Amino acid sequence: MSGDEVALSSDEDVVRARHVTRRLAVEAGLRLVDQTKLVTAVSELARNTVIHGGGGVLTAGLVHDGPRTGVRVTCQDEGPGIADLDRAFQDGYTTGNGLGLGFGGARRLVHDFDVRTAPGQGTTITVVRWG
Amino acid sequence: MTTPTPSPADALLSAVLLEDSAVLLTAWAAALDRQFAGARDVADAERECGRLLTAVGRELRADPAIPPRGSTRWEPLRDVLVELSRDCAQAGLSPSETATLVFLLKQPLFDRLRERAAESAGGAEGLTDALWAATTFVDELGLESFDAYLRSREDIIRRQQDELLELSTPVVKLWTGILAVPLIGTLDSARTQVVMESLLEKIIETDAPMAIIDITGVPTVDTLVAQHLLKTVAAARLMGADCIISGIRPQIAQTIVHLGLDLSDVTTKASLADALRVALDRSGYEVRKIGRPA
Repeated sequence: MSGDEVALSSDEDVVRARHVTRRLAVEAGLRLVDQTKLVTAVSELARNTVIHGGGGVLTAGLVHDGPRTGVRVTCQDEGPGIADLDRAFQDGYTTGNGLGLGFGGARRLVHDFDVRTAPGQGTTITVVRWG
Repeated sequence: MTTPTPSPADALLSAVLLEDSAVLLTAWAAALDRQFAGARDVADAERECGRLLTAVGRELRADPAIPPRGSTRWEPLRDVLVELSRDCAQAGLSPSETATLVFLLKQPLFDRLRERAAESAGGAEGLTDALWAATTFVDELGLESFDAYLRSREDIIRRQQDELLELSTPVVKLWTGILAVPLIGTLDSARTQVVMESLLEKIIETDAPMAIIDITGVPTVDTLVAQHLLKTVAAARLMGADCIISGIRPQIAQTIVHLGLDLSDVTTKASLADALRVALDRSGYEVRKIGRPA
């Protein structure tokens, strides 16, 4: 996978993460609705990386599967990890000041959603949205 | 604080910088012309080079020890380097070219140190140390100019950011008692704060019972943006004003549904025109076409 990298440590980085994702989504030929869904999901995940993960790295690139082209985005941090994934996915549950919808919402906005996390081990989330 | 006696290396370097400054400047200017001539206009920068050597001379006359970067004695040098890097930026030089311009002082300085060492008996022993002191000093001058260059850029960026913050959040009056805020771009927290404040102030000022927040120009509505919008609407409501959010495009609407955002408490419309119609209606206005007299 050819990859674009964005260091995530501030609000401005979340904006850059969205731009990179938007550009790749256009390149992959995603429809406007799919572009918007993916960019919104990445916005949520990248912000989680900044706020809860204490910063991290986003990598994004195109993926191919037969005739399908998609965009894969990975957000990785070395933060405290997620202790209870089921609760984290619950709408309305938050450990911060947000609405508690971003994490679960992001999962609903993409096709593939993969989380690797453990307490103290950091969090790596990979999402794919296919065209 | 007592001034320690300068090392022999510092003493030699000081002597060159003080007594040979005219020779150094001529050779430095010649090196600049070789490097940049034709490509850039470095006349202003050359004048600053002269000022820099003068400032260095002034410090060394008071104390022959080479001033370390960050000390109070370094400050006058830094001030000149700030001017120097500004002139370089105006002449179109990059940060690294600006540092290079300062580094070009090394060759003339080394030449003079070597000549001095050759002139004095036993001078060769201190030469290596003096060269090291010289290279360290010029490196620090160069790095300071590099930093000064970047600082001036950052200042410009920060100023532009502040201006953008002000510019991009106008609250406009659409009709008596109807305000509108056309939001454009990224709704990061600093800007949303400004939007919220200016909207609430304007509501007080104009006594408007209706406000339309138009998000046509906002490319991404995620949970944070939604939270900011909902807070603004709630605050306006506390002050007795009703808000309508307009500019919800199809892709945004679908995304909001998948995110699970609940905007049912707020009146939302696809376009600003629709929102204006609702606002007029609620304010008791009727909009109709007048038949032309035959």
